[in-house]
Amino acid sequence: MTVIYSRADKVFRGIVTAGALTSLILLGLIAAFLIFRSADTFRTFGFDFITGAEWFSAGDGFEADNVFSIGPMIVGSIVVALIAMSMAIPLAIGGALYIEFYAPRSIYRVLVSLLDLAAAIPSLIFGLWGIEVFTSIGVRWSTFLNDRLGFIPIFSVDFVNFGRSPFVAGCVLAALVVPITTSVAREVYSRTPRDLVDTCYALGGTKWGAIRTVVMPYGRSGVIAGAMLGLGRALGETVAIYLMLNLVFSYSYRILDSAGGNVASMIALKFGEATTKEISALIAAGLVLFIITLIVNMIASSIVQRTTPRA
Amino acid sequence: MSSNVSAVTTVTGKAEPNMTDTTSPAPSTFRGLETRGAHAWFGKHHALADVSLRFPEKTVTGLIGPSGCGKSTFIRLLNRMHEFIPGAAMAGEVLLNGEDVYASEQDPAMIRLKVGMVFQKPNPFPAMTIRENVLAGIKLAHLKRDNHDDIVEQCLTRAGLWKEVKDRLDASGGSLSGGQQQRLCIARSLAVDPEVLLMDEPCSALDPGSTLRIEETIKELAEKITVVIVTHNMQQASRVSDYCAFFLTDGGPGYLVEADSTRKIFTNPVDPRTADYVQGKFG
Amino acid sequence: MTTATVQPTAEAQPQRPWAVKRSTRMFSAGRLLAFAVAAFAITLVTPLANVDGWAIAFLLVNIVWNLGVTSKLGAKERKDALLRLTITSLGMLAFIPWLSIFVSVLLKGYRALYPGYFVGDMRVTTPDDEYNMGGAGHAIVGSLIMVAIATVVTLPLGILSGIYLTEVRGRLTFLVRFIVQSMAGVPSVVAGLFIFATVVQSMGKYSGLAGGLALAVLMLPTVSRTAEEVLKLVPDDLRNAGYALGARQWRTALMVVLPTVRAGLITAAILGIARVIGETAPLLLTSLNTNGFVFNPFGGTVASLPTYIFAMFVYGTEYSTARAWTGSLVLLAFVLFFFLLARRLGGRKTAVKTKK
Repeated sequence: MTVIYSRADKVFRGIVTAGALTSLILLGLIAAFLIFRSADTFRTFGFDFITGAEWFSAGDGFEADNVFSIGPMIVGSIVVALIAMSMAIPLAIGGALYIEFYAPRSIYRVLVSLLDLAAAIPSLIFGLWGIEVFTSIGVRWSTFLNDRLGFIPIFSVDFVNFGRSPFVAGCVLAALVVPITTSVAREVYSRTPRDLVDTCYALGGTKWGAIRTVVMPYGRSGVIAGAMLGLGRALGETVAIYLMLNLVFSYSYRILDSAGGNVASMIALKFGEATTKEISALIAAGLVLFIITLIVNMIASSIVQRTTPRA
Repeated sequence: MSSNVSAVTTVTGKAEPNMTDTTSPAPSTFRGLETRGAHAWFGKHHALADVSLRFPEKTVTGLIGPSGCGKSTFIRLLNRMHEFIPGAAMAGEVLLNGEDVYASEQDPAMIRLKVGMVFQKPNPFPAMTIRENVLAGIKLAHLKRDNHDDIVEQCLTRAGLWKEVKDRLDASGGSLSGGQQQRLCIARSLAVDPEVLLMDEPCSALDPGSTLRIEETIKELAEKITVVIVTHNMQQASRVSDYCAFFLTDGGPGYLVEADSTRKIFTNPVDPRTADYVQGKFG
Repeated sequence: MTTATVQPTAEAQPQRPWAVKRSTRMFSAGRLLAFAVAAFAITLVTPLANVDGWAIAFLLVNIVWNLGVTSKLGAKERKDALLRLTITSLGMLAFIPWLSIFVSVLLKGYRALYPGYFVGDMRVTTPDDEYNMGGAGHAIVGSLIMVAIATVVTLPLGILSGIYLTEVRGRLTFLVRFIVQSMAGVPSVVAGLFIFATVVQSMGKYSGLAGGLALAVLMLPTVSRTAEEVLKLVPDDLRNAGYALGARQWRTALMVVLPTVRAGLITAAILGIARVIGETAPLLLTSLNTNGFVFNPFGGTVASLPTYIFAMFVYGTEYSTARAWTGSLVLLAFVLFFFLLARRLGGRKTAVKTKK
């Protein structure tokens, strides 16, 4: 519908547009400042910053001795995130299917509210819970994995010290990420066209038959989007990992070992006593992390955009 | 309420007994689908009251009447789809070949194999090919069949779709036109070999050409199975059905006014309301 | 011709012959209880130990039972039963950590909780002192101040974003929406770094303002998105009524559309608050922590619930850890409070659609 815009309207539209663009500008500013303040580090270390495996901060005045690189931290972030997602995705799909199709109707709304509430639990509390409650369970599982499946390289260890490993941290991270992915999955499953499901029953199928034939194919892209959102969250998580993972600057494939990497918690860890050059390096690390999570979230966004019916 | 008509020749030339004589004591030896005093509720809302009706084998029965009279609810009682609606309740008996469909020993999935359903909006499974759609019921019901190709061909032929799609069985189910999709759904329902096929306004979302095609299909189907079709289109009912059952509501639950052979309903109905309806005076 | 009339069933009563009978339900419940006991017995004699061992034993007993019951039936029934078991187990497993967290926070946070906790601070108390000393009042106040700063910044910007996307619908719509979605994934520590690199370094000190701004960066996408959703719900008829009365677009937006969604916008703000009040990482880089009440956001470091909890926890003693849990209890209570408040105000808009 065409509306004539008066001058007041134009002012109004101008203000509104400016306000809306703030998010755009903000994002751009974040990227700009990160690039600007980390340029020094990249100039000094180049690509080695991303691939190298050492972090040494000499005092002020000895800058030439500085070595900053975050290779193991990047790999570690991905490893922990993957461990978390490998557990979170089946749990999320199962949880979503359970709520939508198997839970008693009387508690349906309660479960959905609980799900939303779980997504709001601060990650710091997950960290506390992880250390005080979960670690003993995690250590038990690690012992089992190491005893029975220790021949598989990732489950082998040099020293038996399971408490602060990528595996245990990954378990806690999974619990943290499950609400987001489950919410998205549940939303998608609930939008399955009713008469497709009815047709499955009309053809003599069981509930699982209907789910397998119609619901899961229908919800597949939504679940993928949810998984990507969860992955983005897992990659950027700081405090829970900080408390649960022992950061070590070396590449390792042993997930049961109490040694791992994580860019976000490294930043938090090193920040307190960082020298000027070190801060620039930390900002560079933040930039790398930002780019990684941005890519993951953009993929998730585009999947959601493509599959959600236009309003 | 309704008259007992003996040995009337139907549209398709079959001689069949009356439709509403349900006075024979249970267990009935009537072959076919039958309801006795069927009621349906949605929560507290009484949607359907006291419907006693017989559907003789290998006939087409049209359920006619204005919208909101409970016709769709009624057919969902017949294949136990009504119970999926939260708060649904029923009363009375639904008998298939003399056996109570709601008896506790009955497996609802088995009932639904024998009493199939085609919905109003054509809904082939979007993620499947035409071939897979036809065979979907076999997979869902875990039926052991070796001759998948034969089944696909037979069902699509019976549904009047074989010639049009036989060269593109691997195309997606959604790539067909509306009328073709609906015939695909019919073929899909036929694949599990039902005795009865319920159709809930199957042509209301289709163009007249597709509608006529499907009406032909229905008449052919009735050579082997029983068809019950809910329709708003009286001309369709008169074209396609052997028997008609006229439903009405006075603001309360829907109920059966009159059920008889189509010819009788349309030329010389007993109840004046029926006469008014078929003459288009309301609804 | 005889007229056959069917006697209408006298006052038919609604029934549900398909429903699970009460006796069956009680049997099932009893059986589950028996399985639970059996699983417990299994944990005593096999290497399976503790809670997780019991859960595995319980699952195994259920699997065996299901296989037994469906052994006479077909593959279809067996698959259905086993998948029902699998999905239910996964669902339970998903919920257990959160329930465990709620219970832990309650049980472990109870100890250091006393009425003075909300008004005390840590200026004279060390983390290792007795429970009835000190408190987290300073942290609560700090959190509230910083969240208020974040809200003041985010709410107008978020609403403007929402108005842009729904009312103005300019050429940049797709871009703005895309950016808002992507921004939602900015890691909290990066937001903290950004504010550190800009505000903290230019101001020369850590401050509550910096903390509030860091929270604003994280809050903006949530508020924008909710504002847009709420504005989208306003029917076009309403807007057309405004135009039909001769109002310009800006008047219509301000006087017709916005008042309608006032509750929804407040909900958007509250949801944003619930999200950021628990953020730790950005505050560790911008406002840090302190021991006493600070009311001036420009002054210097400010305590906040998350940083307080963090500091207590890493201090490492029994008493300090208990304080950390109590702080968590307070924090979780706040989150729950805001969450329920948003539900209350938003009503249908934020509540989830029920099963059709």
